[in-house]
Order: sequence, then structure tokens, then C-alpha cells
Amino acid sequence: MSPTALVEPIKLEVKNLNLYYDQKRALNGVSMKIPEKKVTAFIGPSGCGKSTLLRCFNRMNDLVDACRVEGEIILDGNNIYDKGVDVAELRRQVGMVFQKPNPFPKSIYENVAYGLRLQGVKSKRVLDEVVEKSLRGAALWDEVKDRLHDNAFGLSGGQQQRLVIARAIAIEPEVILLDEPASALDPISTLKIEELINELKHQYTIVIVTHNMQQAARVSDYTAFMYMGDLIEHDLTDTLFTNPSKKQTEDYITGRYG
Amino acid sequence: MKNLVKAQADWFKSGSPWIWLNGGAVAICMVMVVGLLGLIAVRGFGHFWPADILQTSIVDREGARHIIMGEEVRSEIIPAAVARDGGYIVEQDVELITRYLFKMGNRDVNGRDFSWFLETGMEKWEYPADAISIERREWGNFYGYPVAIKEQDKLISELSSADFWQQLGQRLNRALDLHGQIHRIEKSDIGRINKRMDDLRLERRRLELDGVNGAQLTAADAEFAARRAELEAEYSVIKKTRDDLLAQATRDKLIARTADGKEVVIAFDHIVRVTRPNEMGVFAKLGQYAERFWEFMSDEPREANTEGGIFPAIFGTLTMVIVMSIMVTPFGVLAAIYLREYAKQGTFLKIIRISVYNLAGVPSIVYGVFGLGFFVYTLGGNLDELFYAESLPSPTFGTPGLFWASLTLALLTLPIVIVSTEEGLSRIPSTIRQGSLALGATKAETLWKVVVPLATPAMMTGLILAIARAAGEVAPLMLVGVVKLAPALPVDGNYPYLHLDQKIMHLGFHIYDVGFQSPNVEAARPLVYATSLTLVLLIITLNITAIKIRNNLREKYRSASD
Repeated sequence: MSPTALVEPIKLEVKNLNLYYDQKRALNGVSMKIPEKKVTAFIGPSGCGKSTLLRCFNRMNDLVDACRVEGEIILDGNNIYDKGVDVAELRRQVGMVFQKPNPFPKSIYENVAYGLRLQGVKSKRVLDEVVEKSLRGAALWDEVKDRLHDNAFGLSGGQQQRLVIARAIAIEPEVILLDEPASALDPISTLKIEELINELKHQYTIVIVTHNMQQAARVSDYTAFMYMGDLIEHDLTDTLFTNPSKKQTEDYITGRYG
Repeated sequence: MKNLVKAQADWFKSGSPWIWLNGGAVAICMVMVVGLLGLIAVRGFGHFWPADILQTSIVDREGARHIIMGEEVRSEIIPAAVARDGGYIVEQDVELITRYLFKMGNRDVNGRDFSWFLETGMEKWEYPADAISIERREWGNFYGYPVAIKEQDKLISELSSADFWQQLGQRLNRALDLHGQIHRIEKSDIGRINKRMDDLRLERRRLELDGVNGAQLTAADAEFAARRAELEAEYSVIKKTRDDLLAQATRDKLIARTADGKEVVIAFDHIVRVTRPNEMGVFAKLGQYAERFWEFMSDEPREANTEGGIFPAIFGTLTMVIVMSIMVTPFGVLAAIYLREYAKQGTFLKIIRISVYNLAGVPSIVYGVFGLGFFVYTLGGNLDELFYAESLPSPTFGTPGLFWASLTLALLTLPIVIVSTEEGLSRIPSTIRQGSLALGATKAETLWKVVVPLATPAMMTGLILAIARAAGEVAPLMLVGVVKLAPALPVDGNYPYLHLDQKIMHLGFHIYDVGFQSPNVEAARPLVYATSLTLVLLIITLNITAIKIRNNLREKYRSASD
């Protein structure tokens, strides 16, 4: 179930992944490869399992008590569901941005420095440097440079979401997971986030879940269509939207359901 | 008729009856709160106003005339039959009769200082300009006329002399100053030496208990003797100073005359204040009022708590509440964090939670009994054996005291803190937690760096409720460390500065004691109101402080989205 044209190096590989909430099966034997430094979008109707799959990449599903995972996800040759894996370390490698902006109740500066402080970085110089670099990376620096020590809640929704992205890239992950990052934002903020994604893909492998097919078409290099816990089709975005190979995909992207 | 029914139905449908009902409920609540505070405020604050001194004459049961002098406290109307039963002669056609309660003072002369007098046979009230009221350190107030001032036995000034009032004021200030000095020496200097002497005794006892004997003990004894001699030398110097001051203080005497002509000698060192209320204008009275009010707030009680101030009680209440807060907050917060964040949610946890919630409903006296049995006797007794063996058999912590009172109250308020902290924790959006976890934070890091700070306003809410409950609690305190009259404040200049083992005074208990245990009911009554008001004000102040802190925290953690 992977695009035939995949020639790039592979960052993440999902191997026959099954996921259950209690008895209910939410993912059915999903297998896919996610190429490095490209944007991969997951689309599909609500409840199809795209967010669930995304959350498997940094094991956020571990927080759900009744959740059980079978199968493997290989990141750089290692199965992240192996027993010995340090989940905190994994999450440092695989960052995540959520649907609703969730800055911490701290200053803008402290929000971005949070991840580094967790790792024990204390040097003011290093922190200053990383905060500036991350905020620039998230295209937020110019807007907040004069009020770095103000509370992050004072920012607008779009700014908060970029702050959260800055916070994620401050600890230099290899993969960034975006869970409908623009769904709570207005069109202008959405545009900014999309521009940002285009910038970020030069350095990071990005996986984005979105409800918005135009957005998927605009920002992603590859797109995976999921339906009812199954991965239906995964291909180059252009191919998937213009010439889908599955009937279900075609029905979905032409708006016949979902 | 039909229209009326329809209008009625419409009125009910419009919802206005509900608005009126709800509004009415609020109004009744407000009336009750304002009425309650108003009553204690008026009764309590009125006490400090310098009342005029009136003089009149009355006819007693035997028909004899007496001149009386004092302050009018209140009056009431009683059936004449009651008065007749009491043995008074009342004319036949009178049915109702007014009687007045006078504060007559002069307890040393008359025996009692409050008396009821019937209006029949009472002459016109006069307010003589020279009438004075003397507040004394013993025997309550004196009402009468000043006659002369004597230094030792030498006459200095008489009422008729021009400089009489000036002399009186000067000499009184001098006496008050001397009294203050003596008091300071007794409290701090002599107190310090006593403490050091006691420490020496305990040190020697400790050596004995450690099994030191023979030559070693003799050597130690020699050293102790030397140190004791040093302290005694110091003491004799201080004592000399004090005795000199005492002698000076007793130098002046005031000769005064009661309304019915008995002469009384009052030493200046027994006088707190001399006032001539009949001569005073409104502003002078206001000044006097402020002075008396301040004395009430800042002074120690006298005369079995019926006079003087309530400062030790205010201080004790405050110290106890603070120590309680310091103990209950960490315990409650940690317990709540465990219950909400770590414990496996299930039947067992439900049982624990229900037990905790029900703990809040246990009558407070039960906590008092528990505190006495467990904290004081068991814990305190063992502490004494382990750490204070040298002072046994007199207990250090094995007796009610500040620490046990605070601990008992902490236990009493623990459920409140737990419940509100848990609620606060459960309100933190999960997205915030996930955001932290997604950055590679462990659960503990997420808790301490993000979740707990966000829950601080809820913790403060819990603490506010706890403080309000604890400051007003009386019943358990009577068992675990609050007394009628504490010899010293729990905080002083002697190491370790905060004396957790000391007994304290408490406003709530003070109200009970003054109101119900006092030998002088009439004198105590206004103090009950004034003390109640102080307690209410203290709790309001504590609450406002805590609410301010909470609002600041809320502002800090305010989320833009809600």
C-alpha cells in the first residue's frame, strides 16, 4: 500500500499496525512508508483513524488506558514499540502539534525554552539563541521579539499555534506530527501555517492530519487516504488527487461522502 | 375575570415570579448578613465611646436616699408588680415602670459595679463637670471627684488650684511611662534570664540522663554554678533597676471622693486612664475613642479578661491559622495530586474519596478528642521521651499547645483542601498535559512544571475555605491548646522564637470565655461583641488576602481561549 514512486529515503515505516480501544479495532493492519523531509498528509472522514495513526508515531496513545497496539513502527531502523524504548526520548525525536493551540501558562520565552529546560539546559546564552532561532523558524520572531516575557495567552490563536510549532522545533526533532494544526484558525492564520509547513519540510519530516482536502493538496508531497481504520490509498499527492486508483478515494475527494 | 386569569397565567409564563423569588432570597440573605454584622458592630464599637457620667439620687427599698454616680448602660420597662415583688414602694395606679442599669464602678467600695435602679424616686440627672472616670489596673473603673494629688505625703495640688489638671496629666504620664518600663523589664529581661536559668537546669539534667558522673559531673557542676552565679549577678542588677522604678512609680497618689462622700486613695501606678467625659467635646471623645479602641486591639487583657485588650488572642489566632496553613497545604495538595493523577481510578479509590469527603462532615469536637488522644498524649508524649527527657515529668509537647491545635485544625480542614485541589486538577485541559508530554517531558515533569502551577488558584480557593473554617473553630481548640489566659505570646525574642509547644489564646475561645465564664457579666457583654467583630474582621482580612493572591494567580494563568 505504498506509492510506487517512492524513491526517497524512508524515515518511518509502519508494519501491519493494529490498534484497539478495548475491544473495538481502530486501525486494521496498516502498513506504510513515510519518506524523509517530505510532507505526508492523512485525509479521510471523521473517525477513520488518521489521528489515531498519527498519535502512534510518538506513542501518545499510551496515555489512553484502554488502548492496545500490535505491529511495528520503525523509526530509523528501530521499532518504537520495543520494550526498551524511552518514550520521552522518542517524543523528543518526534514532535507534535495539536489541533487546538496549547501554550503553557508561561511567558513566550519560557514556552519555547520548555523542552530545553527539561533536558537540563541552563545556559542563558544557549537558551536565548535557541528561542530566537525557533521563533524565526516558526515565522513568529518579528511579531513577538519585543514581548518575549509576556504571557503566551496574550497571543492570538494563529500566533499561539506558531508558538507551539516553535516550541516543538526548539528541541530539534526529526519528525513533526501536525494534528489538524489549522482547523481552529482563521484563513489568514491558516495560510501562515501552511507557508510555514512549506519552509519546515526542508529540515523535518512532516506528517499532517487534515480535514481539508485543499490544504492537503496545497501543502503535502504525499497523501494517504484512510477509511474506517484501513489505509485505502497512499500516493504522491498529485497522483492521488488527479488520478486515484481506488473507487473509495475518488468518491471521497469528489465529495460523494465524508 | 377571564382576563385576570389569563393575565395571571401570562405572568407565570413570563418567568417574573421566579425572578422575584430568587431576588427575594438574595435580599433576605443580605438583610441577615448586614443585620448580623451591624448588630455586633454597633454593640461592639459603642463600648469604646466615652459615656457621660451622671449623678442623681435614688430611694432604696427602705425609703432612704442615696446619691449615685455612673454611666447609664441601658434601660427597660418592667411591670410595676415585679418591682413591688422586689420590695420597692410603687404607687398603686402605676402599671409599668422604667428601670435603668448603671455602671457604678467603685467595686472596691460598693462591692458590685452594675446596678438596676427604678425611675420612681429618682431625681433629675446631673452631669457634673468635675466628675472623672478612672480606669484602673485593678477593681475596675472608679467614678467620683478628684480631691488632691499627693507626692508621698506632701500635698502637691488641690482640685481648686489652677494647675490641678495639668499636674494630674503630667504625673499620670510619668507613672504610665514607668509602668511601661517595669513591664518591659519583667517581660523581656527577667524572662530571658529565667529562660537561661531553666536551660541550665535542663542541661545539667541532660548530663545526668546521659550517664555522666563522677569527676566529669563535678567539673560540669562547677561550670554550671559559675554560669548560674553570672546570671544571678545579672538578675540582681536588673531587679535593682526594677525595684527602683517600682518605688518611683508608687510615689504619687490621687485622693478622690465618691459621689456619696467617701474618700479613696488611688496610687498613680494603678491608673490606666483618667477622663472627664462631661467636659469633653465630640472631637476629644473621638480621640479618646480611638485611643481606647487601639488599647483594645493592642493590649493584654486585665481583670479576668473583662478589661484591657485582646491582642494575645488576635496574635494567637493568627499564628495558629498560619501554622495550620503551612501544614495543611502541602499535605492536602500532595494527597489530591496522588488521588487525581497517579492512583488507579476504581472502587477502592472511590471508597477513599468518599471517606475523605465525609471527613469534612465529622463534628469538630471529635477532631478535638482525637487531637488530644493521639497528637497530645501519644505523639507528644513520645516526643517528650525522645527529645525532651530532661524536663520530664513536666511535659513539653505532651501537653496541649499551639502545634497540636494547628495540627488538629489542619486535619479538620484537610478534606476541604483536597477536594478543591482535585477539582482544580481535573479542570486543567488535557491538551496542556499532552503538549508537555509531546515535548519529551515525563509525567512528573509535566505535573510539576505545568499542571500544578495551573491548579494553584484552586488550591488557594481550598486554603481560603480552610482558613475561614479554622479561624472560627472553637470546640476542638479547647482540648488541644487554647487557654483562657496565656502567660506569653508564642513568638518572642528567645530562641527558637516560635514556641510551638506554648499554649495560646484564641478569639473564638475568648468570646466564649468572656461571655460565659466571666464573673462580671455586664462588664463582659460589650467585649463579647467587640471580640466577635474583631474575629469576623480578622477572618475577612485573611480571606481578602488569600482571594487577592488567588486572583493574581488566575490573572497569570488566564487562558485567552476562555
